[in-house]
Amino acid sequence: MIEIKNINKNFGKLEVLNSVNLSLKKRECIALIGPNGCGKTTLIKSILGMVLPDKGSIEFSGKSIFNQYAYREKIGYMPQIGRYPDNMTIGQIIEMIKQIRNSDEPLDEELLHAFEIEKMYDKRMQTLSGGTTQKVSATLAFLFNPEVLILDEPTAGLDPLASEILKEKIIKEKEKGKLILITSHLLSELDDLITEIIFMQEGKVYFHKKVDVLKQETNEDKISKAIAQILRAEKHV
Amino acid sequence: MYRIIKIILLDILKNKIVLAYTFILALLSWSSFGLEDNSAKGLLTILNVILFTVPLVSVLFSTIYLYNSSEFIELLLSQPIKRNKIWLSLFLGLSLSMIMAFILGAGIPLLINAPDSIGIMMLVVGCLISLVFVALAFLSSILTRDKAKGIGIAIMAWLYFALLFDGMVLFLLFQLSDYPIESAMVGITALSPIDLARIQILLHLDVSAMMGYTGAIFKDFFGTSLGMFISFLLLCLWVIIPFFVSLKKFDKKDL
Repeated sequence: MIEIKNINKNFGKLEVLNSVNLSLKKRECIALIGPNGCGKTTLIKSILGMVLPDKGSIEFSGKSIFNQYAYREKIGYMPQIGRYPDNMTIGQIIEMIKQIRNSDEPLDEELLHAFEIEKMYDKRMQTLSGGTTQKVSATLAFLFNPEVLILDEPTAGLDPLASEILKEKIIKEKEKGKLILITSHLLSELDDLITEIIFMQEGKVYFHKKVDVLKQETNEDKISKAIAQILRAEKHV
Repeated sequence: MYRIIKIILLDILKNKIVLAYTFILALLSWSSFGLEDNSAKGLLTILNVILFTVPLVSVLFSTIYLYNSSEFIELLLSQPIKRNKIWLSLFLGLSLSMIMAFILGAGIPLLINAPDSIGIMMLVVGCLISLVFVALAFLSSILTRDKAKGIGIAIMAWLYFALLFDGMVLFLLFQLSDYPIESAMVGITALSPIDLARIQILLHLDVSAMMGYTGAIFKDFFGTSLGMFISFLLLCLWVIIPFFVSLKKFDKKDL
């Protein structure tokens, strides 16, 4: 579905992505993890065409995304920190995105109802708490039934109830055969969600493995423990 | 794209600043025609309004609006829209609202009090000047991520074109008054959109008789239809080039 080939990106002297090669397939729920500043968000933004890599190519369903935009119809993106025009209300934002997408397909309003967003339609984005903004971001990401979901720290800032609703929704979409890419620091939350793990460090892909393989190799049944074991082993070498 | 322009236009109209700008333009235009019994004098007053306030408001409002819509741009970028279209829609939205404000505020009194070629000329030049400074605002806001710096660049651009450039030209004129530089002066005016606009209108107002020999040279060049065509073309280039450079930069910008 998404092929990333040899991507390099520098911000000034800082090397953010260093020859990243990845192949993301349908029906997988992939966790993108790694320490702060290892290039996770930059990688995601590259896929969305918001950051333009210096070298390398990205393909979406076999076509290069360079200078393309239509492929973004198939992506639902939930940013880490949702930034929305301050003086618009929630209702206006949702209405605007609907107008821009202009799709005839039925909308997926499940989260809209589950998060009770309709009750807050008149609230301005400026006045919203971080968690409520996250709820709006999540609703927008799922609204158009996209084939690919890219969620950057989806549960950060959400209350336990909302984060449970979102997790259930992610599992539901995964079962529909969508490609889901999640970044998170809360490894324990990912346990029942994901099928593959990508671990990044200092702009490089450290490993990309199936969860089952990873668990077998390390003899652990929790992802967090498996990762911790790998990192510890690395330090001793 | 039409949909995005509509969203931007509505957002700008909700902003009271443009309404205030329209109101102030109307107040200035009506009062300058009301105070002078001679419509030519009224036109001269309005000319100064056009050449000072219109560029200032256009460049400042547009720069600040662009910085404030960084979230909006980011939101649109994750949607299936071409990058070029986002920037172009912003430009068209801002230009349209600035031109609308100018036509409503200054255009109506102009057409009522001076319904001849000069009035229409003034209207066209005012619209072009608005466009030029909106384009310069796009350029200054893409040059830096820092809002304060960007607004600073915008103000410096206005200061340069509205005041400093004239000062420098005057200085040159006095320093080199022993040499035949009149023809060169024609070329130098092309370097400032405000001067292009000013000379274009002054020549039509017949006050150019007071400008001496340089005025005569100007009249020789800008007075002809070819000269007029060239100076309008130059004004259009002042719109197209800054905007095009900013568009190229926006295409390569990381957000």
